Amino acid sequence: MESRFRLLFLERCSRRSAKLFVLIPLFAFVLSGCAATKNLFGLGEEEALPPAEIPEGQVIEPEVQRREIKEPDIDSEDFEIGAFAGVMSIEDFGSDLVYGVRLAYHVTEGFFVEGSVGQSEGGLTSFEVLSGGAPLLSESERTLTYYNLNVGYNILPGEGFVGAGRAYNTALYLSAGLGSTSFAGDDRFTVNFGAGYRFLLNDSIALHVDFRDHLFDIDLLGDEKTAHNLEGSLGVTWFF
Amino acid sequence: MLERNITTILSTSRSIRALFIAVLAVVTTQTPNTAIAQAAGEYRTVSVADPYLEMHTGPGRGYPVFHVVDRGADIEIIMRRTDWFQVRAADGTEGWVDRTQMERTLQPSGSEIQFAEANLQDFTDSTWEMGVLAGDFGGANIVSVFGGYSVNPNVSIEVWGSQILGNFSNGWMGSVNLTHEAWPDWRVSPFFTLGTGVIHTEPKSTIIQGEDRTDQVAHAGAGFRVYATRRFILRAEFKSYVVFTSRDDNEEVEEWKVGFAFFF
Repeated sequence: MESRFRLLFLERCSRRSAKLFVLIPLFAFVLSGCAATKNLFGLGEEEALPPAEIPEGQVIEPEVQRREIKEPDIDSEDFEIGAFAGVMSIEDFGSDLVYGVRLAYHVTEGFFVEGSVGQSEGGLTSFEVLSGGAPLLSESERTLTYYNLNVGYNILPGEGFVGAGRAYNTALYLSAGLGSTSFAGDDRFTVNFGAGYRFLLNDSIALHVDFRDHLFDIDLLGDEKTAHNLEGSLGVTWFF
Repeated sequence: MLERNITTILSTSRSIRALFIAVLAVVTTQTPNTAIAQAAGEYRTVSVADPYLEMHTGPGRGYPVFHVVDRGADIEIIMRRTDWFQVRAADGTEGWVDRTQMERTLQPSGSEIQFAEANLQDFTDSTWEMGVLAGDFGGANIVSVFGGYSVNPNVSIEVWGSQILGNFSNGWMGSVNLTHEAWPDWRVSPFFTLGTGVIHTEPKSTIIQGEDRTDQVAHAGAGFRVYATRRFILRAEFKSYVVFTSRDDNEEVEEWKVGFAFFF
C-alpha cells in the first residue's frame, strides 16, 4: 500500500512538472530534479508492483491493486492560449492594425485570469497633417505596445445554434485589469476593460470577438488628459 | 476485513495529445468527435454508483442535462475543465458531469474516486507561489510580478520585479525578500517581510531636467495572504522603502498593493 502511494506521488511530480515546463521555462530545473528522483528509485511509469504478500490464513487473494496504477491521469484543460488581430484606435493618432497574444487560466467555470501583449502603430494627428510642420513624434515613438493582466468573468455562458442540428458552447465575458502601454516615448500606466464573446468550435478550439478600452494619461498635446484607446479584435484560442 | 479503497486521481495536461487532436480537427474535415475517438482507448473508465449520472451539454451549471446514464453503467473520462469532466457513455454519447457527481462513481475494483483538489491544507504546505500585484508606490502606479519559494510553512523567499509608472518618472525595481507567516494554517494568513533590491528611475521624456538613476533600496512590510479557491490566493500588502540615494538625504517611499497569486 505504501509503495503504491509513493508511485502515485512520483508520477504526480513528473506530470505536473511537465505542465510547468510548458508554461514557465524557469521551472525546467524542477523537472530535471523530478526525473532524477524517479530514476533513483527505479520506479518508471511502466513498471508494475510485485503482488502483495498473502497474510497467513487468508483464503481469497485480493488482486485489485495492480490494474489501477497503469491507468492514465485525467487530462485537465484549464489554460487557454491564442492570438488576436484587429483594429485599435489611438486617441488623436488614428486607427491602425493591432495584433497580439493572450494567455488565460480558468480558475472556476466563471472566473479566469488572463495576460495579453499587443502592438499597434500610431498615425499622424490632424494637427500634423494640417500644419505640415515638424512631426510630433519619431517613427519609433509611434509604435504602441502594451501588456495587461486582467480578471475576467463569464457572465452569460450559453449555447449558439447554427442551423437546426448544431449547437456550440459560447460565453459572453467581461474582462478588466491593468498594465502598461509604451507610446510616444514613455511607459504609461494603463487601465483596460471590455467584453468579449467566446465561441467554442469544439472542446479545445475557440473563436473570440473582443472589445477593449485602454485608458492612459497623456500630456503630449499640452494639458494632461485621459486618452481612450478602443480596440476591437478577432482571435483564435486553444485550450490545453 | 476489507478496508475501503479510495484512490486519488491527479489532473494533468497532456498537451502533446491535445495538440495532436487540435491539428487533426483543423486540418482534416472530420468532426471533432471522430478526432477524439481516434485517440481513445486510453481513458479511465468508472462505473456509475448514483441512481443516475447527469450529462450536461457544457462545462457549467447552466448547461442543460441532455442525457442520463444509469447506475452500474460504465463511462470513460475524457478530460477535465475546472470542476467539470467530459465523459463518454457506452453508446458513444459525450457530455459534461460535475465533480460532486463524479466522486460518486466507482473504479473497476469497486473503490471510490477522490479527485485531487487543492485545499486549505495545500495552501499552508505549498512550496511555490507566483502572482501579480498592483497599487500605489509613493504616488506613482506600480505593477509587480513575484515568485516565491517556501523554505518551510512559515518562511519563504520571494523575488519581485516591478514596473513603476508615475507622472514625472518611470522606473523598474527588482528585489529579494524574506517573508514570515506566524499562522500559515489560517485562511487569512498575516505575514511580515524584509528585503532589499535595486530601483532604476528615469524622468519622463516631456520633462527636460533630471537624469536616470539606479539606487539601492531596503524595505520592511506586512500583509495578508487569503486563500480564495483551488490554487488561488488573494494578497494585500504594505511595504515601507528606504532608497539609498547619492544625495545627502535618503528617500522614503510607502507602497500599497493588492493582487492575486497561485500556489503549486
